[in-house]
Amino acid sequence: MLTAEDKKLVQQVWQKISGCQEDAGAETLERMFAAYPQTKTYFPHFDLHHGSDQIRGHGKKVVAALGNAVKNLDNLSQALSELSNLHAYNLRVDPPCFPLQLLAQCFQVVLAVHLGKDYTPEMHAAVDKFMSAVAAVLAEKYR
Amino acid sequence: MVHWTAEEKQLISSVWAKVNVEECGAEALARLLIVYPWTQRFFSNFGNLSSPTAIVGNPKVRAHGKKVLTSFGEAVKNLDNIKGTYSKLSELHCEKLHVDPENFRLLGDILVIVLASHFGKDFTPSCQFAWQKLVGVVAHALARKYH
Repeated sequence: MLTAEDKKLVQQVWQKISGCQEDAGAETLERMFAAYPQTKTYFPHFDLHHGSDQIRGHGKKVVAALGNAVKNLDNLSQALSELSNLHAYNLRVDPPCFPLQLLAQCFQVVLAVHLGKDYTPEMHAAVDKFMSAVAAVLAEKYR
Repeated sequence: MVHWTAEEKQLISSVWAKVNVEECGAEALARLLIVYPWTQRFFSNFGNLSSPTAIVGNPKVRAHGKKVLTSFGEAVKNLDNIKGTYSKLSELHCEKLHVDPENFRLLGDILVIVLASHFGKDFTPSCQFAWQKLVGVVAHALARKYH
């Protein structure tokens, strides 16, 4: 699915945000909760106010997981295997791909906000494919 | 009928006032064709769409992008009657153009990303909320007359 060029572009994007990855995670989640309030239903136990420690902490986790995926683009299935189990059996984010699409959209917005014109159409395409691939792996175990 | 709060209306119009319709329209359409290449099937008479560079530089893409975003401006001016505003366009997209309405959602999401890249931090989460809502409403209105 991901061509060699796509992989290169995704890695480039990751390098460009290496200084502010934690912020990117928190911002992605905040935007997701703001733009798509239905996603808050998965976090009834969280303080969802702007700047909350839980959002920061969870954002950090999400970005670290994506970073791990970026390092293992040739074997996403294996790299995300644990998370796939978690999302399917424990979290049961439902329907499988849709909320992950919303997260992906917000992550792209954060990249666009931070990189401006440097977020080229080619990078946009590669990241979109990457996020789709991640979502597909996470949804693998659903049924 | 869609309900818009005063804040949402303000966020939408304040962003719109600063949008360069020609630039953003061209960029949004180009990105649609690049990120979701199957959409190129609707533009087979546009000439060279063989690479991202070709697409971005293609004058027909630029012109059509401007047209599409100009039409979007009608929604911004008529937030309280987006259904009515897009009634004819909906029929057109169904009967003549044969576009799967899913593609309206894709273009809407791309437009949000283009706005984010142009406005940076000024495109706040609240702005994003209002605009995701708007593109959703427009997509829905465009799909409404399908049969």
